[in-house]
Amino acid sequence: MIGGLFIYNHKGEVLISRVYRDDIGRNAVDAFRVNVIHARQQVRSPVTNIARTSFFHVKRSNIWLAAVTKQNVNAAMVFEFLYKMCDVMTAYFGKISEENIKNNFVLIYELLDEILDFGYPQNSETGALKTFITQTGIKSQSKEEQSQITSQVTGQIGWRREGIKYRRNELFLDVLESVNLLMSPQGQVLSAHVSGRVVMKSYLSGMPECKFGMNDKIVIDKQGKGGGATGQSIAIDDCTFHQCVRLSKFDAERSISFIPPDGECELMRYRTTKDIILPFRVIPLVREVGRTKLEVKVVIKSNFKPSLLAQKIEVRIPTPLNTSGVQVICMKGKAKYKASENAIVWKIKRMAGMKESQISAEIELLPTNDKKKWARPPISMNFEVPFAPSGLKVRYLKVFEPKLNYSDHDVIKWVRYIGRSGIYETRC
Amino acid sequence: MPAVSKGDGMRGLAVFISDIRNCKSKEAEIKRINKELANIRSKFKGDKALDGYSKKKYVCKLLFIFLLGHDIDFGHMEAVNLLSSNKYTEKQIGYLFISVLVNSNSELIRLINNAIKNDLSSRNPTFMCLALHCIANVGSREMAEAFAGEIPRILVAGDTMDSVKQSAALCLLRLYKASPDLVLMGEWTSRVVHLLNDQHMGVVTAAISLITCLSSKNPDEFKTCVSLAVSRLSRIVSSASTDLQDYTYYFVPAPWLSCKLLRLLQCYPPPEDGAVKGRLVECLETILNKAQEPPKSKKVQHSNAKNAILFEAISLIIHYDSEPNLLVRACNQLGQFLQHRETNLRYLALESMCTLASSEFSHEAVKTHIETVINALKTERDVSVRQRAADLLYAMCDRSNAKQIVAEMLSYLETADYSIREEMVLKVAILAEKYAVDYSWYVDTILNLIRIAGDYVSEEVWYRVIQIVINRDDVQGYAAKTVFEALQAPACHENMVKVGGYILGEFGNLIAGDPRSSPLVQFNLLHSKFHLCSVPTRALLLSAYIKFINLFPETKATIQEVLRSDSQIRNSDVELQQRAVEYLKLSSIASTDVLATVLEEMPPFPERESSILAKLKKKKGPGAVSVELEDGKERGELNDLHGGMGQNTSNSSTPSPSADLLGLRSAAPVSGATPSAGSLLVDVFSEAGPAATSAGVNDDGFLSSAPPTAASEDPAPPLPESDELLNKFVCKNNGVLFENQLLQIGIKSEYRQNLGRMYLFYGNKTSVQFVSFNTTVIGMVFFLNVQTKTVEPLVEGGAQVQQVINIECLTDFIDAPLLNIKFRYGGALQNISLKLPVTINKFFQPTEMAAADFFQRWKQLSQPQQEAQKIFKASHGMDTEVLKAKLLGLGTALLENVDPNPENYVCAGVIQTKAQQVGCLLRLEPNAQAQMYRLTLRSSKDTVSQRVCDLLAEQF
Repeated sequence: MIGGLFIYNHKGEVLISRVYRDDIGRNAVDAFRVNVIHARQQVRSPVTNIARTSFFHVKRSNIWLAAVTKQNVNAAMVFEFLYKMCDVMTAYFGKISEENIKNNFVLIYELLDEILDFGYPQNSETGALKTFITQTGIKSQSKEEQSQITSQVTGQIGWRREGIKYRRNELFLDVLESVNLLMSPQGQVLSAHVSGRVVMKSYLSGMPECKFGMNDKIVIDKQGKGGGATGQSIAIDDCTFHQCVRLSKFDAERSISFIPPDGECELMRYRTTKDIILPFRVIPLVREVGRTKLEVKVVIKSNFKPSLLAQKIEVRIPTPLNTSGVQVICMKGKAKYKASENAIVWKIKRMAGMKESQISAEIELLPTNDKKKWARPPISMNFEVPFAPSGLKVRYLKVFEPKLNYSDHDVIKWVRYIGRSGIYETRC
Repeated sequence: MPAVSKGDGMRGLAVFISDIRNCKSKEAEIKRINKELANIRSKFKGDKALDGYSKKKYVCKLLFIFLLGHDIDFGHMEAVNLLSSNKYTEKQIGYLFISVLVNSNSELIRLINNAIKNDLSSRNPTFMCLALHCIANVGSREMAEAFAGEIPRILVAGDTMDSVKQSAALCLLRLYKASPDLVLMGEWTSRVVHLLNDQHMGVVTAAISLITCLSSKNPDEFKTCVSLAVSRLSRIVSSASTDLQDYTYYFVPAPWLSCKLLRLLQCYPPPEDGAVKGRLVECLETILNKAQEPPKSKKVQHSNAKNAILFEAISLIIHYDSEPNLLVRACNQLGQFLQHRETNLRYLALESMCTLASSEFSHEAVKTHIETVINALKTERDVSVRQRAADLLYAMCDRSNAKQIVAEMLSYLETADYSIREEMVLKVAILAEKYAVDYSWYVDTILNLIRIAGDYVSEEVWYRVIQIVINRDDVQGYAAKTVFEALQAPACHENMVKVGGYILGEFGNLIAGDPRSSPLVQFNLLHSKFHLCSVPTRALLLSAYIKFINLFPETKATIQEVLRSDSQIRNSDVELQQRAVEYLKLSSIASTDVLATVLEEMPPFPERESSILAKLKKKKGPGAVSVELEDGKERGELNDLHGGMGQNTSNSSTPSPSADLLGLRSAAPVSGATPSAGSLLVDVFSEAGPAATSAGVNDDGFLSSAPPTAASEDPAPPLPESDELLNKFVCKNNGVLFENQLLQIGIKSEYRQNLGRMYLFYGNKTSVQFVSFNTTVIGMVFFLNVQTKTVEPLVEGGAQVQQVINIECLTDFIDAPLLNIKFRYGGALQNISLKLPVTINKFFQPTEMAAADFFQRWKQLSQPQQEAQKIFKASHGMDTEVLKAKLLGLGTALLENVDPNPENYVCAGVIQTKAQQVGCLLRLEPNAQAQMYRLTLRSSKDTVSQRVCDLLAEQF
């Protein structure tokens, strides 16, 4: 189990140090700083073993979170906890930064006391935590409220309290996907996958029972004959669910039913690798003219319905390390050579489907005495499209609340699809 | 860079550096650097020429980026361009960049060398210095090749500036260290020596570093520097603190130079020229005197500088090792430092004392500080100082204080740091062995050592203790008793079990008499440790068990049971299993005789250098003062051979252990008729092997020139009583040697120094004549030169024939030669073998000496192996006069009024042999009540002590 948890700033100064077990000494703090933070990026692995002590770390901007243990723990569990902890902190005070951590010093310790007990992770549901760990002064709670909190936290449905009432029952569903791609210069897909999340924001009264349906291939095939569904189905490689989802039911009937926590939660996470819709195609053309000049031409093609608009498009073309000057011409958007990043960055605000755009650049090089050839890093791309590249569709989300008198029809439901680029690279 | 003047300051650089310093994260820093690099690249692109200032600035930035840990692959050309600038700062930055960044195989090296060459010949001292510094900083082979010839010229040229000379000397030193083969000695070397006389102290200091390095390789070429150095040193030492102005450091004149001079002098033996030597001794005395003076300043720098010189001076004194007076003074000075509150001083004092202790002049002086050193070992906080204290204790140890030091080291070992434990253990083991007065103390010490620091006791240590116990029979019983007691501790270290198993297996019988350590108790004790031990130890224990079966047949059943158990006989370890199976079979099949032969007590180990010492030497160069091992008089192989011969010829049914030593061990018991069949060596020496026919014996004219007779039997084995007969003649020279119904042999002998003459009278007691009467003396050609005259082959009835035997003692010996007599009496062959009563004590020369004399010699012979002691019961009355007569008959001088106890007898004599003279002292302490004697013998040869002791013990 986790023996201790430390938070460092980018210099390796300790911001938060919470030790849960005696086998973790104070020197563990220094050991991590010296061996990992000060190693100047020599250490790439998120798990480091120093003197029989394991350090699991994640980095959020300039902040290092490290969980320490001397025991043989489940590393995936520790990382899941660390991510959860980041989520909790973000939910409480926004961006995780040195400033914010310093300002919420007491709060973090309070949270740590609650979500980790003797090194064992506890309820880390933000909604539940917010009921009894508040940022607004001391609000003395009545006996009833206190006992209610106790019964909720220790009860079966720890993530939702009873007696929630809304005038308008509303429900928001976001399907957020990030598409990852590595493509050869000839346009051959070397690897591609989509990782997606279904995020739900619910404002429902009482203890509603919900049921979520999507175009999962297994479900569609099962109903195939009777249902006669027209759309395509998708093959999900693996998925994980929020703790509120009844896994037994999913295993048996592959139906996703749950009582949602109040407010925002991540209902499920999934990954697909087949039949991915690649929103953009990048066609690079690099020509070396002598030792001191390089000509680059890049064409991008959008590959989705013309009615849809892609946003925040950014193409990043790496330049050699001995670049001494760059001239760029582009038809659309803005392009600029960023010396600090050793790349030409081409930004396009909006682009409709089935369109094409092009940039050409002339790069001047400084001759060096180094014979090393330029490694030609891949051209990478960022964008945002209003559909799910995996092809996932929400078929239904039904809400039942037997005790209160509102039905599925009374709930206002919103569904949104956002496809973003993950690591979307094309070799040149 | 805050404090730079406006004209020279590089604002861009300052801004860049402060930007970098303000970066919040590594990523931001990299971004900033990338931006800067792109900027510099675009500037260097060559569209328009850059002025010197910007070039300098950008090169500086590149240097800074490089020092931050990023790769720089351009800008070299610009840096080389800076070299040809006429501005100092630009040139300086250029050189800086090149010495940091340019690697030796760069193509630019030719350009750089060119620029350096220009600067070296520029006659501008600052430019020359820059160039020299660059050469020294790069120090590559290419640089050395290009400039090794040039720099000595600059160094010795008359018109070179002082500062350039300094740089040139240090630069040459660097090149010499990097590639000595390129720096050729030449005409300049003698002139370099004269730089010691230079007016400028800086030049002298730089030159002396160079000279010290060069002279350590070619001492002869620089011999002249000694006298120059001495005079320079004496000038500095005798100068007042203000004389040297700039070179006075906290009231100490030129400390660095002084140290270097002293160090240079340590490369050479003491100067032969009396005047120079006198001057040097004077200097050293002055330095020692100054150390006594009250400090001129309380500042630590002052005392540091003073002590630095002092310690170098002491090193020099130790190096010369010829001035007892100075050595003792140095030692006293260091003694003061031992209690100084500066830890560094204490460390240095202990370290220097360590070397002092090995000098004969100062060894005693060092010993006076033993208490302080022991105290340092106990109370010092710094582990390195404790280590040095332990080293010093080791170095100062000798016979007089060994017990104390070993005891202290042992007690310190319990709390010692883990890092030095192993070394401490080795040292204790060596000291204990080296200075062991009696071996029981040695055994105690080592067992203690194993008990306290078992983990650190290496194999060598316990091998050694076993070797010693095996080789010294006087300590075996004690060792067995001690290990038995040690093993009774509930938890004992595996090494202890190993020693215990081995010793009890060999000598368990020596303590088996005590019911508390009866065989079974011993076995159970050992076996109780068995399961806690590693495989090698278990294997050793199994061997010990089988030895037990041999030593104590009553344990056979128990041990066989243990061997038979599944955990042994089916052990997964092959070695253990094999041992168990083989030992079980051996014990059940072989007869006791065979068992006794196979499981013979181990023969003594040949003496050799202690392996522990070898290990310590290997472990650590300094501090381990080379130690001469006791040249313990080994039981020479010759003597063993000798013993083997004696037994082979004298008897009988079991092969002797000493013969086994020769590798002639035969597994089957040898029948009496064929003693040691095939023992070639023995045959050669004794002529008594079964293969040798009597003809062969008789043919040997040296022994007997009698014609071969019909009787061709072998010489008979000596009569059983021959040993007794021999004992009769230890203290007397005349008498009847042998008598039976037929023959009487009388003897009359006289001895002078190493020569003896013996008259043998053979009397025929019958009335019938003896035919083919023939006598032969057998054996001992190595030890005794025996010449016999032949006797008449016919002895008439009632007649007596005389035979003269001349004996020369060549070296000391143990067994008496054999006399074989053969004759026919009434047709029956008579074959008698006797021991000739020649014993080592016959060659005693009495020595009279006074009490004081006696005790002094007694003490000199204090090594354990030189002493032989026996306590035995009186077999005759304890009459004073008889005792005296016997002691006188022994051949020694009986010394009156020597022993404080008048009851005791003290004798002294010298055994004369051709090879050597062996002084021998004897002390006999009768105890009338108990009817016991204690006999102690000391002689300069261990075998002699032992033999005389054995002989005498039979007499009383």
